[in-house]
Amino acid sequence: MQFFFEVLIGGLLAGVMYSLVALGFVLIYKASGVFNFAQGAMVFFAALTTVGFISMGAPFWLAVALALLAMVALAFFTERVVLRPLVNQPQITLFMATIGLAFFIEGIAQLTWGANVHALDLGIADEPIEWLIGNTGMNISKFDLVASGIAAALVAVLAVFFNKTRTGRALRAVADDHQAALAVGISLQRIWVIVWMVAGFVALVTGLLWGARNGVQFALTFLALKALPVLILGGFESIAGAIVGGLIVGASEKLAEVYIGPHVGGGIESWFPYVLALAFLLVRPEGLFGERRIDRV
Amino acid sequence: MTAGREIGRPILEIDGVSLAFGGVVALQGVSFDVREHEIRAIIGPNGAGKSSMLNVINGVYHPQQGTVAFKGRKRRNVDPHEAAQQGIARTFQNIALFRGMTVLDNIMTGRNLKMKSNFLQQAVYWGAAKREELEHRAKAEAVIDFLEIQHIRKTPVGRLPYGLQKRVELARALAAEPELLLLDEPMAGMNLEEKQDMSRFVLDVNDQMGTSIVLIEHDMSVVMDLSDRVVVLDYGRKIADGTPDEVRNDRGVIDAYLGVAH
Repeated sequence: MQFFFEVLIGGLLAGVMYSLVALGFVLIYKASGVFNFAQGAMVFFAALTTVGFISMGAPFWLAVALALLAMVALAFFTERVVLRPLVNQPQITLFMATIGLAFFIEGIAQLTWGANVHALDLGIADEPIEWLIGNTGMNISKFDLVASGIAAALVAVLAVFFNKTRTGRALRAVADDHQAALAVGISLQRIWVIVWMVAGFVALVTGLLWGARNGVQFALTFLALKALPVLILGGFESIAGAIVGGLIVGASEKLAEVYIGPHVGGGIESWFPYVLALAFLLVRPEGLFGERRIDRV
Repeated sequence: MTAGREIGRPILEIDGVSLAFGGVVALQGVSFDVREHEIRAIIGPNGAGKSSMLNVINGVYHPQQGTVAFKGRKRRNVDPHEAAQQGIARTFQNIALFRGMTVLDNIMTGRNLKMKSNFLQQAVYWGAAKREELEHRAKAEAVIDFLEIQHIRKTPVGRLPYGLQKRVELARALAAEPELLLLDEPMAGMNLEEKQDMSRFVLDVNDQMGTSIVLIEHDMSVVMDLSDRVVVLDYGRKIADGTPDEVRNDRGVIDAYLGVAH
């Protein structure tokens, strides 16, 4: 039983990292109805830019601030060059545009900083917590725990921002009805810049945590694929859904690997979430927290 | 009915506006004005161009010919959010509320334009941003009291019955403290009681807040009771303009509504 809990908690903590990736998708999907395929590339770009500045001799916090500036610039660029010319186009067109954007961002990142794998040290050791082993025998990583704390703080800040402030309200209004938002005086272009900036900030936090864990490398862009089952489980429009979806994916893939894996030859961790998502699509296509849409025929 | 308000100078001047979509002419050389504190109705058969006219006024459509002057200043192709910033608020024929948000949040979006705190202050919800939020909340509550919707303040709009949604949409428009209010069929689909309530609110808004109102409505008894002057459109042209009594007895108007014998 103790082993079960150890696997479960380890899985949940890993799931928080998936939640962070999914969060970036949800923000942009909510405000513009666009599935932003470039979110993974943004994570990669943000992490690589930070590491790049550190390798040039900048102190850690300065490097993070500069990377944040780069993400803000990217948001303005995206709105001006990609979103504005494509306003009122079908969603699939915008989706295709974000695929193009993903390649562009990946290219720029590697052109500027090179394609090598970099280590990133946040000063948090990825090792078991002694106290927990001593008292409960459970092997839980300190890094996972800190990462979860950071993710929780980020979500809390976003929740207050979305629910209590003028800009947050404008973001929700735009997500709900473009025409009505314009009529009450909300500028769509401004909102899009802001939402891409916020998504860029989330990408930066995600990139730093994932980069510290696995190294800053091109594989970070594939995080976008890992976010898919999370989004299908949680619903594309819900921040709470991204969190819960991430937790479910993290916990279930670890538990499946440990308990089902040995019977089928192992290695199921990498594809189990997708099967789970597929099963979920059959039962509840809008996800746990998604909006159920009823269209008049 | 007109006690306490005085009709003043023109606040909105429409001059020779023409609008076409490809080959389909929606408006043809339409001119009229709206004066301060006035309730101005636009009527006409289906497809006469009433909603198109409203969309020109708040910048959804840009006319190919003619000018629109608001508060004495001619405008060039403003966008809806710019029109809102200048003091024009509106409601829609098919309600356009933020369905997933509560009544209060919907109304607060109407206050967004009046808020000044910057993005960073809001991100940490500190100092000016928080003070401002509370101050504007008080204004929103005043509108809620005015329209008697206190009991549904926290309800998501999507769950409300149609008549109440119409009222919430009016509340959101009023929260912006507009100088010109555009109402596109505010009473469509309502029962008699709801119509009476809505008529009372429109009159109260005009009377107590002094807001100029442009109103599209199909119910003739409502139009005749509420409005100071009436514009009649038919096939995109203005066919009559005057007080309710003048319009009611106009030969061209009667023909447009009932058809002419050939």
